[in-house]
Amino acid sequence: VRSLLLAALLGALGAGGTELTLELPDSAQRCFHQELESGTKITLDYQVISGGHYDVDCYVEDPNGKTIYQETKKQYDSFSHHTELKGVYTFCFSNEFSTFSHKIVYFDFQVGDEPPILPDMNNRGTALTQLESACVTIHEMLNAVIDSQTHYRLREAQDRSRAEELNGRVSYWSVGETLILFVVSIGQVVLLKSFFTEKRPSSSGAGT
Amino acid sequence: LALYFHSGEREEKCIIEDIPTDTLVVGNYKVQSWDIHKHGFLESAPGLGMFVTVTSPNGEVVLSKLYGPQGTFSFTSHLSGEHIICFQSNSTRFAVIAGSKLRIHLDIRVGEHFLDESAIQAKDKVNEVNVRLEHLIEQIHHVTREQDYEREREEKFRKTSEETNSNILWWAIVQTLILISVGIWQIKSLRDFFISKKLV
Repeated sequence: VRSLLLAALLGALGAGGTELTLELPDSAQRCFHQELESGTKITLDYQVISGGHYDVDCYVEDPNGKTIYQETKKQYDSFSHHTELKGVYTFCFSNEFSTFSHKIVYFDFQVGDEPPILPDMNNRGTALTQLESACVTIHEMLNAVIDSQTHYRLREAQDRSRAEELNGRVSYWSVGETLILFVVSIGQVVLLKSFFTEKRPSSSGAGT
Repeated sequence: LALYFHSGEREEKCIIEDIPTDTLVVGNYKVQSWDIHKHGFLESAPGLGMFVTVTSPNGEVVLSKLYGPQGTFSFTSHLSGEHIICFQSNSTRFAVIAGSKLRIHLDIRVGEHFLDESAIQAKDKVNEVNVRLEHLIEQIHHVTREQDYEREREEKFRKTSEETNSNILWWAIVQTLILISVGIWQIKSLRDFFISKKLV
């Protein structure tokens, strides 16, 4: 349910956004770029859904290459910025610190403020009709629904990933411990028996 | 198009979409290739195409088509789960040129059914509201599908947690029993051994 009523009623007018879920292999970096005007508000939300310690490095650069946001080993974060320069902005996710766990990262890159759903809502002379104000209310509530659903979907995905990992670990270690138990206990008896079994011809009195 | 990223000539880049069943996904993309002579990305590259492959959660390929340098693809999910959308260019010629890369612009929209703007303009005010309301109803159905899918996933999650819980309990009991019986076996075995060696 992305950009529900907004796209329905207005098409893409200045505001827009992309949300993607991607797999980040170990020791890899993935970068995304977007051309933006100056004075736009951008928001980047990202969350690691599965993999390793559920953390990722992220940085955002402006067209001049200056880093406007940088975080290492974050599980989730939200970053807002008003662009000052016109040009290509870059944001990258890096899993370079990890040698064997690939991560699944979700990000949502929103550009621009959301325009009002009725084109002349704010500067018309008369009050809104009942129908129009009902539309506005529905629109706002549906936006809240979208945000809520996305939030819960991500949290659930992450928690389920942890639970599955835990289940796997419990199974492997249980089997492993049982084997170790057998090996150690049988080994102990065998070893102890071997102490009292002399193979040398001159017995030390322990036999016979 | 908005967001773009870079990819190698023969590299496959994939994104994951975790969606409920009966959901329409529409993607717009544009691909540009790097021109070494001009040191820039060409506005359009003739002959350059893009393989778009969509794999459904159970591994079967839902969509696998070759599109031109710019295009729109769409598919409707029949299963709920993680669908993987992969992009790979069809260029075989430039494989030997080092440093060749592609710029892929991408825009993916999930669960939206496009409003037929022209149908709205032609009719009168009441019909316009009608059309918008029908669109709204369709969107709310999508919300319901997402919620049903969420319920499915939470159930799977709860099953996993309960399985872990009972695994821990069962293995703890089993290991304790093994410990006790192995301990008894150890003592018996050693006692018999010492008796046979006439040490006891």
